[in-house]
Amino acid sequence: MNIIEATGIEKVYNPNKIAVHALNGVDLTIEQGEFTAIVGPSGSGKTTLLNIIGGLDHPTAGSVKVEGTDISTLNDNQLIDFRKEHIGFVFQAYNLIPVLTAKENVEFVMLLQKRSQQERETRSMELLRAVGLEDQVNKRPSQLSGGQQQRVAVARALAPKPTFVMADEPTANLDSKSTANLLDIMARLNKEENITFLFSTHDQRVIDRARRVVTLVDGRIETDETKF
Amino acid sequence: MNTIFKIAWRNIWRNKRRTLITAGSIFFAVLLSVVMMSIQKGAWDKMVDNVVNFYFGYGQIHDKGYWDEQTIDRSFALSEEINALPGQIENLDNIVPRLETFALGSHQKNAYVVRVTGFDPEREDQLTELSSRLTAGEYPAVDDKAILIGEGVAEKFKLGINDTLVLIGQGYHGVNAAGKYAVKGIVRFGSPELNKVMVYLPLAEAQRMHGAEGLVNSLALDIKDRRDVPQVLTDIRASVDTSAYEIMSWEEMMPELLEAREVDTAGNVIILFILYVIITFGIFGTILMMAKEREYEFGVLTAIGMRRGKLGIIIWIETIILGLVGAFAGLLGSLPIVIYLNRNPLNFNEMSEQMAETYENFGFEPIFPAAISPEIFFNQTLIVILITTVLALYPLLKIYRLKPVEAMRA
Ligand SMILES: Nc1ncnc2c1ncn2[C@@H]1O[C@H](COP(=O)(O)OP(=O)(O)OP(=O)(O)O)[C@@H](O)[C@H]1O
Ligand SMILES: [Mg+2]
Repeated sequence: MNIIEATGIEKVYNPNKIAVHALNGVDLTIEQGEFTAIVGPSGSGKTTLLNIIGGLDHPTAGSVKVEGTDISTLNDNQLIDFRKEHIGFVFQAYNLIPVLTAKENVEFVMLLQKRSQQERETRSMELLRAVGLEDQVNKRPSQLSGGQQQRVAVARALAPKPTFVMADEPTANLDSKSTANLLDIMARLNKEENITFLFSTHDQRVIDRARRVVTLVDGRIETDETKF
Repeated sequence: MNTIFKIAWRNIWRNKRRTLITAGSIFFAVLLSVVMMSIQKGAWDKMVDNVVNFYFGYGQIHDKGYWDEQTIDRSFALSEEINALPGQIENLDNIVPRLETFALGSHQKNAYVVRVTGFDPEREDQLTELSSRLTAGEYPAVDDKAILIGEGVAEKFKLGINDTLVLIGQGYHGVNAAGKYAVKGIVRFGSPELNKVMVYLPLAEAQRMHGAEGLVNSLALDIKDRRDVPQVLTDIRASVDTSAYEIMSWEEMMPELLEAREVDTAGNVIILFILYVIITFGIFGTILMMAKEREYEFGVLTAIGMRRGKLGIIIWIETIILGLVGAFAGLLGSLPIVIYLNRNPLNFNEMSEQMAETYENFGFEPIFPAAISPEIFFNQTLIVILITTVLALYPLLKIYRLKPVEAMRA
C-alpha cells in the first residue's frame, strides 16, 4: 500500500528575486515498511523534498498525499495536528526539548495526543528500551551524547505511532560507532515492527544500509534503485 | 496543564543568571516603589490628620452659606435633631459646637483685633487636645467667664494670668457685643498666625456676650478614623435638612491641602513611571534574547505537532512567572522595611532642621510613620503583571508568524 504519493513536486525559493529552483518535478511513492534513503550532492533538494513530504513546507506546484490525505488542503492547525498524528521527525540535531528528560521528551507528543498517563508511561519506557537507553531515562539532553540524543529522537518520533518517520541527515553529527548503532536500531524497528523510514544522507555507510536509494540531482530524481 | 507549567518553570531557570538579573531588577523597582509610596502616603496621612485635628475636624456642619460668608448672623440653634446626631450616627463620636467671631481686644494701651471662639471646653479638648497646649494658668471650665489665649496674644497685649482683656465686637444681628474677661490660661500654637489671634471663651458666655443665646455658627464633627468620614457625612446628610444646613468634609473646607497632596504624589508617580519604563526595557531585552535563542526549539515543537496557541501559553506563563517572582520578592522585601518605618517613623528632627522647623511652625511634630497600605502592595503587583503581559505579546507574535522550516535553518 502506498502511504506517500508525491506527484509533480516543484519548489521555487525567492520567486520574486533571484529564483532558486530547488525541485523540478519530483514524483515519489513510498510504500508501508520501506527503508529508503534520499541521496544526492549538497544543494540537490533533499531537505526541501523531505520538508514538503513531512508537511513542514508547501510545494510551489504538485501535491502530496499521505495515507490518502492531500496535505496541501489542510489549514495551519489541521496541518500541525496531522504531523502530530502521522509523521515522526528526526532532525539533524537539537531535536529534543532541553528542559525535559529523555523520558519526558518521548512522552511529550503522546501528551499532545492526550494519551493516558498509563499508556505514556509504558510506551515511553518500551521505546527507550528499544533504542537501548533504558538506564538514561531521567537524563536531560545536555547530559546525553550526540548519539544518545539521536536515539531519544528516534524513540520520540515513534511514540505517536506515526505513519512514517522522516529523518533529515540523522547521522550527520555522529561518529561512526554511533552512526552504526543508530542505523541498527532503525533497521531493527523497520524489520520487526514494519515501521516506514524515509531519510536523507550523505554518508556512504548509511546509503549501504538502505533498501531503496533515491538519488536527487538538481531537483530531479536521477536514479531510484531498490536492492533485494 | 501540569506539563506546560513544568516546562515554563524549568525554562525560567534554564539561564539562571539572566533570570536572576531580570527578576532582580523587578525586585528593586517594586521594593523602591512600595517603600517610596508607603512613606509618602504615611507622611500625607499624618499631615492631614495633623491639620484636621488641629482645629477643623474631618467635617463640619454650618448654616447653609456660612462657609462662603463667615459671619455671626449665619448662626443656628442646636436643635434636638442635631444634638441627637452623635448617638444616632455610627462612628460620629461627638459634635463640637463653636461660635466664631472677631473682636477688638484691648488691655491698657494696646488694642488689636483677635479671633474669639466660643467653645465647649470638654468637647473641644476631646477633638483638638487643646488643654495639652497649656503653658501657663489653667484650662477653663464650662461655666467659667474667663478666657484662654494664645501665647502671641499674651505677648502682644502684655497679659499675664488673671489680667483682664476687654473685648468689643459686633453681636448677633448688629447688637453690641462687649465684655471684660480675666485670663485663665495661656496656650501655645505652633503657627504664629494663630498664636497671635486666638482667644477662647466658654460657649455660654460667648453666646451671652454676642446676644446669641443658644446659637452656634459651626459644629466640628469628632470622627476618630479618617476612613469613616464619607459614611458619617452621608448618614448626616440623610438625617438633617440639607436645605438649611451645609455638611462639609475636610476636603471641601481645605481644598488646597488635597491639591498639595496630589501635586506631591504626582511628582512621585513620575519618578516611578520612569523607573518602570527602564525596567520594562530590561525585561524586554530578556524576552528578546529568549525568543531569539529558542527560535529553533519553537520550530521543532511546531514541527512535531504542538499548536501555536499552546506554545504561546508556555511562553506567556514563563514571562508572567518571571515578573511575579520579581514582584513577590520585592513585596516580601519591602514589607519588613515598611513595617519598620511604620513602627519607627522617620523623624525630620534628625534629618533636616529646616524641615523640622517648618513643621513645628505649624504645630506638628515632624514625625512621619510609613503607611501600611494593602492597596500600594496590590498596585505594584498589578503594574508588573501588566508590563509582563504586554511584553509577552512579542514572543506570541513571533510564534504565530513562525515557519518551522525557517526557524530550524538558523
Ligand atoms: N529557504 C531557502 N531560501 C532560498 N533558497 C533555499 C532555501 N532553502 C534551500 N534553498 C536552496 O534550494 C536548493 C536545495 O536546498 P536543500 O537544502 O533542499 O538541499 P540539500 O540537498 O538538502 O543540501 P544539503 O545536502 O547541503 O543539505 C539549494 O540551492 C539551496 O540553496
Ligand atoms: Mg539538507
